[in-house]
Amino acid sequence: MRSGFPAPFPGFQLMSNSFDPMRPLTRRRFVTSLGAGACLSALPHKAQASTRASTGLLPLTPSNAWDLKVSRTHISLDGKSMHAPNIGGTVPGPILRWKQGETVTLNVSNALNETTSIHWHGIRVPSNMDGVPGLSFAGIPPGKTFSYRFRLHQSGTYWYHSHSNMQEAMGLYGAIVIDPIRPDPNACDRDYVIFLGEWTDVMPHDIVSNLKMQDDYYVFRQRTAASFPKEARDAGGAMAALKDRLAWSRMNMAATDIADVSGAIYTYTLNGNAPDMNWNGLFRPGERVRLRFINGATMTLFDVRIPGLEMLVVQADGNDVEPVPVDEFRIGVAETYDVIVQPKEDRAYTIFAQSEDRTGFARGTLAPRPGMSGLIPPMDPRPVRTMVDMGMGNMKPGESMDHMAMPGMDHGSDMKNMPGMDMSHMDMSHMGHMSMPKMEIDDPGPPPISVENQNVAMMPIDRTNSPGDGLENNGRRVLNYGQLRATRPGADRRPPSREIILHLTGNMDRYIWGFNGRKFSESGPIRLKKGERVRFTLINDTMMEHPIHLHGLWSELENGQGDYRPYKHTIISQPGSRMSYLVTADIPGMWAYHCHLLYHMDLGMFRTVVVS
Amino acid sequence: MKAAWAATMLLAGTGMAYAEDTTQYHAADAPVPGAVTHLGNIMPVMMDQSSWFHGILEQAEGRYAPAGTDFRWDGEVWYGTDYDRLWIKSEGTLEKGHLSDGQQDILYSRAISTYWNLQGGVRVDLDDGPTRTWGAFGIQGLALYQFEFQATGYVSDRGRFGARVEGSYDFLLTNRLILQPQAEFNLYTKSDPARQAGAGLSDIDAGLRLRYELWRKFAPYVGVTYSGHLTQARRIVRDQGEKPGSVRFSLGIRSWF
Repeated sequence: MRSGFPAPFPGFQLMSNSFDPMRPLTRRRFVTSLGAGACLSALPHKAQASTRASTGLLPLTPSNAWDLKVSRTHISLDGKSMHAPNIGGTVPGPILRWKQGETVTLNVSNALNETTSIHWHGIRVPSNMDGVPGLSFAGIPPGKTFSYRFRLHQSGTYWYHSHSNMQEAMGLYGAIVIDPIRPDPNACDRDYVIFLGEWTDVMPHDIVSNLKMQDDYYVFRQRTAASFPKEARDAGGAMAALKDRLAWSRMNMAATDIADVSGAIYTYTLNGNAPDMNWNGLFRPGERVRLRFINGATMTLFDVRIPGLEMLVVQADGNDVEPVPVDEFRIGVAETYDVIVQPKEDRAYTIFAQSEDRTGFARGTLAPRPGMSGLIPPMDPRPVRTMVDMGMGNMKPGESMDHMAMPGMDHGSDMKNMPGMDMSHMDMSHMGHMSMPKMEIDDPGPPPISVENQNVAMMPIDRTNSPGDGLENNGRRVLNYGQLRATRPGADRRPPSREIILHLTGNMDRYIWGFNGRKFSESGPIRLKKGERVRFTLINDTMMEHPIHLHGLWSELENGQGDYRPYKHTIISQPGSRMSYLVTADIPGMWAYHCHLLYHMDLGMFRTVVVS
Repeated sequence: MKAAWAATMLLAGTGMAYAEDTTQYHAADAPVPGAVTHLGNIMPVMMDQSSWFHGILEQAEGRYAPAGTDFRWDGEVWYGTDYDRLWIKSEGTLEKGHLSDGQQDILYSRAISTYWNLQGGVRVDLDDGPTRTWGAFGIQGLALYQFEFQATGYVSDRGRFGARVEGSYDFLLTNRLILQPQAEFNLYTKSDPARQAGAGLSDIDAGLRLRYELWRKFAPYVGVTYSGHLTQARRIVRDQGEKPGSVRFSLGIRSWF
């Protein structure tokens, strides 16, 4: 079935040679299930193979040698066609299954007419293997092959993607699964990768250009005259609703600013399948099924649930955590969560991943037999930002207006005495039993209101125990960061000797993003000494979530779990929040550090971290 | 380098305490001349210094009157980065084959704050009337409550002064049906009868337009517009035997790229 692949993939060959009667999605099934989308089957052979998307099935055995060919393929999904860069002719690309402790060799050949690269997201590699042009290497020129080679120290679910010229936004990505050396504590009967993403036929450059001209270009859920009666009902009166509107309007911001790019152009995908293609994952009732969720989207945070099934979260960003039973979780761009479900009934269950702004959803089905569909729940109401998101702590809109009226935001030294600025969140219980060395602090101070910064979070609060905007008090058990507890204590017990405070800043109106009120091109590198133990503290002055990814080094989230803080590679900074994580600078080199909303990254929310 | 870091201490048991008011702020990512943030000339991000190119025709409309329909346009194009842009603004009215109110500006625009740009350059009054050339300097941006605003001061080649003030606001009736009040005022220090300009508040062009955004970039609209001369200009226009002002029903298309 996999003969359409142009390059040999050892893992895939093994899979294709095997026969599994429970395979969820044969090619014939796929083609016949297209229905109205039958045009796909009329495409040339390779394109047809490519649109088959992914079964989510792992190669049967790990392999440590891979030939990966980057090329462009005409792919059409949900009526949207793109000549998309990809690996092996599919979006997502092949699932790479590796084995912890082994050394893998990845020969990436570039058949594009532009430079490409592959970054192994979350994998601890020497910096020259990290795949970021300009930091790790020069990129892979057209027609050339680059051999990545590194030893795998870790296990778990990860992913890979291009770090060149928005190729990732168009489809150059795929999943990585690394088998642990030691027996997996979470052995399951079945194992599926659930790769969430978006698909559009609008070119990344055009999307950004549109946002530069009109920041709410893709938002069709603004507050309007027509929506006022409902707001008045929700707010408990027309005056309250009007006051709230005026407060936002006065700030030249919109409470409805949830996602910059929406379902207006995106089709949300699950393993490369549009919702109506209904990806199927099979199970026998009573089996334990492991689902490896990866958010490979460009700009979309997903809220994931499987109505009728409890999900046991057992891994976050590739690292095992104490199991947390939940009904729902939010997955930021580039994060991964492994969950275990145990469907007991002989029926179909819908995997439902709605975009944070509720303009669409990715969907698939866990089913005892191929082709079944479960009920698709309605989407939740779209979140509305509040003064908490503006960094106003828990003030009411009316109160906040006085503060917003402060011209130029005189945030001198008084700021430090404000209750929201104290450091009580900083896991002092954990630090209490240690000696207290002097700590150097790189505190940039509140970023000035400027061309590149629209807002200062006056009272940023700890939101690690909040599941996020739109998920609070929704009647379901929703995962929050405070619940993530590693299964083993952290490897580096040293307290940090230095704290680096960074403000996440931006100007939505001009569509500019950065740290500390500056874009990448206007900033210096963040220098770490090799071996240094550093606390990164993020203060989010914007009103949006930013999934912040540090390449090469672990980000140990200080979420109140003491020595059992979870190791992550990507951490969502919630709007109006202050949070921190510890980093051990144990691998030298130049590392990328950025928001993983790709358009934020490419417009300046990016820094170089130099470890030397 | 250490000396530059904030002098801040962690005190056991009492939580974080900043050193007195002597705290020196220092950003870990502060720009350092010559510091290497990338290899050679390969930028790890591509778009943060990009230039962008857009143009918008806010008004392209027929203003209906039994005696003949006028055509009015008002728009601009710009090219540049986040900070530095070149703007070309153009407006004019065509009535019975006669082109009037043709103001064309070429401006350099510099972003100076979150919502405001400073603009300076040249304005040329280019239509069927006598041509005038002006130096231009003004501001453009978003006032509070999302109110679009432009104010430009002019000094002419003949040593006269003028000013133009424009504002508009979008009321969202629905996400695609938008009601926009808009007004433009022109002021001069001295009269210029050949261009029907009077000293003081000379003329006004205002409209209330209801557009429907079929696409973001393409919105047909209907509106009521008023174009008229005021105070001294009103007398000048009357003396020339023309009507000093009129309310018109208008149909047009707002579009941009």
